[in-house]
Order: sequence, then C-alpha cells, then structure tokens
Amino acid sequence: MTKNVHVKIDEMKTNAGLIKNLELSIGKVVNDNYTEPMGPTPMPSVTALRDWDMKLLTKYKAFYMPDCDSCCLCTFGKCDLTAGKRGACGIDIEAQSSRIVMIACAIGAACHSAHSRHLVHHLIEKYGRRFPLDIGGLNIKVEAPITRLVTGIKPETLGDLDEVLAYVEEQITQILAVAHTGQEASALDFESKAMHVGMCDHVGMEVGDIAQISALGYPKADPEAPLVKLGIGSVERSKPVIMCIGHNVVPSVGIIDYAKETKVDDKIEVVGLCCTSHDMTRYYNRARIVGPISWELRFIRAGLADVVVLDEQCIRTDVAEEAAKVNTPVIAASEKNCVGFKNRTNDDTNTIVEDLVSGKVKGVLILDPEKVGEVAVRVVQKVAPARKRMSALPTPEELVEIAKTCRQCKQCQRNCPQDFAIPPALKAAATGDISLLTDLYEVCIGCGRCESACPQKIKIHSLIVKAGEKTMYAEDNLCRVGRGAIQDTEIRNVGSPIVLGEIPGIVALVGCSNYPKGGKDVYDIAREFASRRYIVVLSGCSAMSAGSYRNEDGKTIWEEFPGGFEAGGVCNVGSCVSNSHIAGAAIKVANIFAKRSLRGNYEEIADYIHNRLGAVGLAWGAYSQKAAAIAAGFWRLGVPVVVGPHGSKYRRTLMGRKEDPKNWEVIDARTGETVNVGPTPEHLFAITETKEECIVEIAKLCMRPNDTWKGRSIKLSHYVDLSKRYLGVMPDDLHLFVRTMADVPSTLKDEFTKILAEKNWKETIIPDPTMLPRMVRKMKE
Amino acid sequence: MSCEPWQCAEIASTKKANPIQNPEIAVAMMKKAQRPLLIVGSQIVDKYMEGKQAIEYIIDLANASKIPVVATAHMVGEFIKRGYTPASHLNAMEISQRVCDPTWMGLDGKGHPDLVIYVGMPYYMESLILSGLKHFAPDLKTMTIDNMYHVHASWSFPNASLEVWANNLKVMTSKFNEGGN
Repeated sequence: MTKNVHVKIDEMKTNAGLIKNLELSIGKVVNDNYTEPMGPTPMPSVTALRDWDMKLLTKYKAFYMPDCDSCCLCTFGKCDLTAGKRGACGIDIEAQSSRIVMIACAIGAACHSAHSRHLVHHLIEKYGRRFPLDIGGLNIKVEAPITRLVTGIKPETLGDLDEVLAYVEEQITQILAVAHTGQEASALDFESKAMHVGMCDHVGMEVGDIAQISALGYPKADPEAPLVKLGIGSVERSKPVIMCIGHNVVPSVGIIDYAKETKVDDKIEVVGLCCTSHDMTRYYNRARIVGPISWELRFIRAGLADVVVLDEQCIRTDVAEEAAKVNTPVIAASEKNCVGFKNRTNDDTNTIVEDLVSGKVKGVLILDPEKVGEVAVRVVQKVAPARKRMSALPTPEELVEIAKTCRQCKQCQRNCPQDFAIPPALKAAATGDISLLTDLYEVCIGCGRCESACPQKIKIHSLIVKAGEKTMYAEDNLCRVGRGAIQDTEIRNVGSPIVLGEIPGIVALVGCSNYPKGGKDVYDIAREFASRRYIVVLSGCSAMSAGSYRNEDGKTIWEEFPGGFEAGGVCNVGSCVSNSHIAGAAIKVANIFAKRSLRGNYEEIADYIHNRLGAVGLAWGAYSQKAAAIAAGFWRLGVPVVVGPHGSKYRRTLMGRKEDPKNWEVIDARTGETVNVGPTPEHLFAITETKEECIVEIAKLCMRPNDTWKGRSIKLSHYVDLSKRYLGVMPDDLHLFVRTMADVPSTLKDEFTKILAEKNWKETIIPDPTMLPRMVRKMKE
Repeated sequence: MSCEPWQCAEIASTKKANPIQNPEIAVAMMKKAQRPLLIVGSQIVDKYMEGKQAIEYIIDLANASKIPVVATAHMVGEFIKRGYTPASHLNAMEISQRVCDPTWMGLDGKGHPDLVIYVGMPYYMESLILSGLKHFAPDLKTMTIDNMYHVHASWSFPNASLEVWANNLKVMTSKFNEGGN
C-alpha cells in the first residue's frame, strides 16, 4: 500500500538554526500490512498477459463481421478494405475489425475510469485522502479483489485509489496509442489489447464503486438492501420533479443534500434515468428509478420533468432541445457533457435561478455539485407550477389527425433499429385504432430514429408514447437498491457447490436496454434461472427491466427471490461501475474458497475461474462501448459472455468449435497429462438471436471441466430440460459433455445411453484442469 | 423494387449484391450449386403471407429443392412441429463461422458448401453475417431469399412486399417441383 505524506513548516527554531517555509512531500510509504506475497504480474504492461490471451484466442477464434467495409481514420483514406484489399497503411479488414473492437473497449474503459477519477477527486476533496474504505464492514476483508489481483495494491483509504487509477489511466493511454495508423498489425494482438483494456476497465469500475460506497454511505454488501420505487407510475406527479440522467451520482447528491437541508425533500420528487438512478437510491431511498436509458424521450416529452440535470454517459445529445419544447430547464453538471451551455459555475446563484425560471436561458453549465443542488431545487419549485406538466404529446384526437398524414413510405420502419412494423400501426391509428401503436410502446427502445427519417415530420415516437400512456402511468414497480459487493461469508457458503457444479451456475445479467423485443425478456431469463436455483446477479438497466414485471402473485422479481448471493438468489449489485463486484465475486471464490493468492497473480486466477467457475455474463441489450469493455474484462478472466442479436454489431464473436477435439484439451494438474474435457465452456463471446436460444446457451455455457459428476449431472439435466422446453428438441451434442456414466442424470439414463451409443462415446476422466503448465503438481506441493 | 439496403444504414463500400430479378434465376443458381445449404432464422415465424406463416413457404421450398436446412435460434422446434426435420440446428454465428472456414466439410462431412442461402434472420444480424462471409470467404457464394435487399450477399432479391415475396417463394418451389435443370 502507498500513502502520500505532505509536511509543511512555516517556521521552526532548532539547535541547528531557523527553518522557514520547509515543504516535504513523500510520494510513497510502503505499508507492509499486506502480507500476501506478490505474484508474477503486478500492474501488468500491455503485453504482460499476452500469452494468456493467446491461449484463449486460440481456443475461441474470432469470426469477424465488419460493420463497415472501409477505414476512414486517417487522411490516407478512405480506404476500401473489401474482401482482401489492404488500406494505404497496409491494414486489412481483419486487423481493422479487431482494431475497432479494441477502440470500443478503450472508449468504454476510459468512460468508467474517468467517472471513477472524478468520484475519487471529488470525494478526496470532500472527505480527505485518509478517509477509510469500507464496503462491507466485518463481512468483507477482500475489499478490492480486482485491484489486488491486477495491481498488487490493497487500498485502505480514498487516497490509496489514486495510484490504482494512475495505473489504469496509463494503460488506457497505451492502448489508445495502439490504435494510431501504422501501429499494431495483427488482429490477434488487437484482441489481446482489447482484453487488456477490458481488464483495466474492471479495475477502474471497482475503484469508483468502492469509493462511493465508502464515502456516501451506500448499502454495504447488504443482501437485504431496501426496495425502492421503480417506474414512471411511481412518481408523485403532483410534486415538482427533478430528473437526473446519466451515471455520475455527484450532482444528484448535491440535489438531495440541499433538498434535505432546506426541508423540501418531501415536497419534491428526485428521479433518475439510467445508472445515476441506481446510485441515487443507494444514497437516498426516497429517490425513484424511472427506468433505463431508452426512456429519456418518453419521460421528457410527457412533460414529467420540471428540471433535467445531466451528468455523464448514455445521455441523449438532444435532451436540451427536447426539454426546451416543454419548457423544462436543463442543468449540465459534467465537464464531459457541457451541451454548449454557458459556464455559470462562478455566477451568483440567485441570478442563475432567475435566468432559468424566467426562461431567459434554456440551460446552464454548473460544475459545482453543491451549486447544482441549490439551483435545481430552487428552480424546480418555481418552474413546476408554471409548466403545469406541459407535454409534447398529442391529444387522442390530434394523434388520429397526425396519423392521417402518413404516406406509408416505410422510411420509419427502414430506419427503426428493430425493423418494427410502424407503417401499419400508423395506418390503423388514422382510423382511430391505436392498438398497434400501443403494442409498439411495449417494445420500442425510444431512439427516435423513425422520426428523423419521416418525410412528413411526424413525431412518431410521441404517437407511440401517447398510445402507451396508460401503460406508462401504470408502471409502478420495485427495484432492490444496489447492494454493492458480495460478502466474503456468502462466497464461503457457495464456493464449494459452485466449483463442484452443484449450484448449476452464476448468471449475471448486465448492461443496457437495446433489447430486440422489450425488457420482459430480461425478466423472463432472470426468473427462469433463479427458479432453477442458479445464482442470478443483475446490474444497471437490466436490473431495472427485471424489476418492471410481476409474477402471477403480483410480486416483482425482487420480492419473489432473496437478494443474497446464493442458490436461487437474485442480487442487484447496483450501477454500471458495480459490475466490478460480479468479477470480484468470481475472483473471491478463487481466493477465499480455493485459497489462491490474489496479489498480482492474474493468470492463475483467470485459469482457475475459466476452468472451474460456472459463471456466464449476459448483456441482452448491450449497446455501448462500456458494455464492450466490461465484456472484454470478463473474457480475459475466461468468463463467457452472451449478448442478444444487437450484440452482433460489436462485429465479432469468440467461438469454439465443439467438434474439434484439440480445441478442448487441458492439462491435468495432477499428472501433467493432456485431457480432452469437451467444449466447456464452448464459447467466450456468443451472440444469440432469441430469448429461447439464449436461455439454452447460458445453461450450456455454465459447464466447466472441473464439474464433479454430481455437478455435471445437475447441469446436464437443466441443459436438456431447457433445450426441450425452448428449442423443442433433445440437444444433439450431449455426448461431448459426458465424461463418465455418472455424469448422466438418473432420470434421463435411457435417453442418454441411446445417444451415447449412437455417437460412439468413450469414457474419459475428470481432471484437475489447468491451461498453465506451471500449475502441474502444484496442488500437491 | 428497390436495391437499397432495407435498413438504410447498412450500406456497403464497393462490392454489392447482384439483384435477383426473378425467382427463376434464383432457382437456376440453386440447381447449379453442388452443395447448397439453406440457413433459416428466427423471424421466419413472425411474418404471414396470404394467411400462412413464412416458415411454411420455406418448408415447401426445402421439400421441393431437397436443399438441407440449418435452423438457427429456436427454429428447430418450429420446423419439427410442422412436420419437417431440418438437417441441423445451430446458432447463426456457429454455422456462419463454419461456412466461412474453407476446411469445414459440411454437415455430412462430404464437402464444403458452395452456395449458402440465408433467410429470416433479424435484418441487421443477417447483414453482418453476410458481410463477414463477403470479406473472409470470398470464394463462397451467398444468396438471400428474403424480401429485403441484402447488400453484402452475392445475390439478393430486391426489397419487395410480402405479396411479392410469397409469390417468389411459390414460384421457386414450383420450379423445383417441375424438375429438370
């Protein structure tokens, strides 16, 4: 651990003489509290883990699907790279595709890490460098598993996080440099570097979340974190409403604090969209989660926001224009998103309030979160009565008249990312039948591309929202507040059954809301696996979507299942940066349960996780570069990630070929012999087309070489059952997953016996699996 | 009928699909192929023409042409419950990765497909897969028989209405049923 020491002496008399204006700074004091021996790769450079990456990339080969045939990144271009042509710099489409993957991951990592850097700066300024990190009291001794694993640092205070972030920032810079024209030539090396920056992204996320958990008093690894209101229908519309959009909670904290100080917190509503809302509720459980990113337009156009506060990430860039149409003032509160507004940070607060209330300005940039709080709270109370919920939505009569102007040119459908059948819905609406538009409300991701393309300038999204208005105001559900990390005791309780396979898997549903057919798929998938006693973990928009539906007893998923990291538990870790706790839990299984050393020991831990821990990540609606970075961090840990059909736009998969036996060889650490363990897991990055396929894929990807016969039997029985239910057939690859007859589920013995005989199956052994030759016999030492 | 990408942003650079002007041409190319493969995606059950689901037209075509079918997503069960058993069922990316690999010897292990026909996937996903094959399997011929123009295929029908699509599929089926080359 390191500490910064700063001593300043203005004047001191000593025997030696008078000392004046002495300043002494010590950058580091080595703290030997962290006694764990340092592993081989603390603070790994860009290539330090390249060999490990290549093992994974040899097993899981990229299938590239270029989204663009050209490269236009330098003035040599635009270069057409179609089918074997090279660009002026010599690059081919394979390297270019992987270069784009790496750039996406670097953008995502930069985004999370810059968010964390802002949090750390702000919290140090407010609470001091020595403010202790505490993310779970006595329940958590491994406070920062990713940080320890990657950097070898055991952070104890906010100040300790500085050095961790400095490492991450340097690596992101190195990776961005790789993207320059005339640098890296190899697609495989671009892939390795994408994984490197993904790993750094996980560190950056962890830093941000443990800083805010510690300093802002969030729930600390609490499986019973409270339930909060979720959905537009939960907002008390009779009160002035401040809507915060983005991911960085700091301005929202300013708002909540000022509202409390001035005792108006029960007189106004503070609601959030996207991950800011998760973090607001972690700070203040009277805040409301309105919904995922895709609901920005519907909320603003419906006139529900009296003031909009923007922080950073995943914010529509036309929010200010949209808000202006309904007389909603906007406060931009982040350097990353100034919206073109004048910087009023140093202006008199009364003047800013007056300007916004009078409409003299549509928005302001304020980079002081406490001033944001005061301005937002004062403005909202004055603006709300004047706005009277001014809405941009048409009346029912206007809706019909507007729909009549549609010429059925289909440009809306052709520009809809989902290819939804909008023209027939408008045709029906023109006759007074809005049922098809109402159906679209349920599945629309709210991007507004339909409107941009309409030659008649029809505000199609507004029509859809109007048609779905009743549904929208009925959205009154619950979400569990983000709990943060997983307790060490929880890891101890489940470590053995997970690694042995008796808990059939950990399914983490993360990421954004670019869903192919609405958010209910997320609910269905989460509920399916929780009901089967998998451990289900959620975060971000997925946690909101999962909470937006109810079972036959009227309970949300958060009420139906316990919030612990346990078989049949459904945890909400929290916001985007809280995804680090999912990777952290996997790492802690290796450390706490299996006693593997963490410190700077990445390769060994990743090897352990890849071969033993049946964890799968699902980003069903992933759209962002941040989601790409999160996935890349999981890939390097050897954890398979599944995405929905829109994930194909990440331009490549990392897939194994199950029919190739050489693909599935591991080393038996007991003997050093090579053993074929079958396709476990079959893919590192899989793209699925439908919910049904996705569910079966997840069950299959939970299998690991280390599964005991009992664990494999349980996993196979889920795989078979889900395949029969959702695909309508018995899987045709079961012979690849059976090592001994003991693996076969007893209730399916006859069916398996027949299949195994047809496939000429041969029994094999269950090894102590590793991909690292240096691990051989290590277990016996 | 338009030969622009159905989803407007899915544009290509210099190599674009040859439009299939009539279904007889598609049939001729299918008959010419030694080892064709038909890959059918999940949206084949979402579209109805003349009171029938699109999958039923595809089953008719598959029966008439004897071209082996790979069902992607959860479509295998949809085929089976309509009395047709596909040659295989695989994830869309898994089968596409295999057809991209020139050493892959096909579903029956007897040889690599020389014509891969796609139909019924989400447009953007099918577009990306065809892009992958255009770039990395330049010797492989690809065709789409959707009613949406796919710029990255070797051959694609232009954008067309459901009625035209139904007619195209019926004509193709009838041409196979008539026999001959």
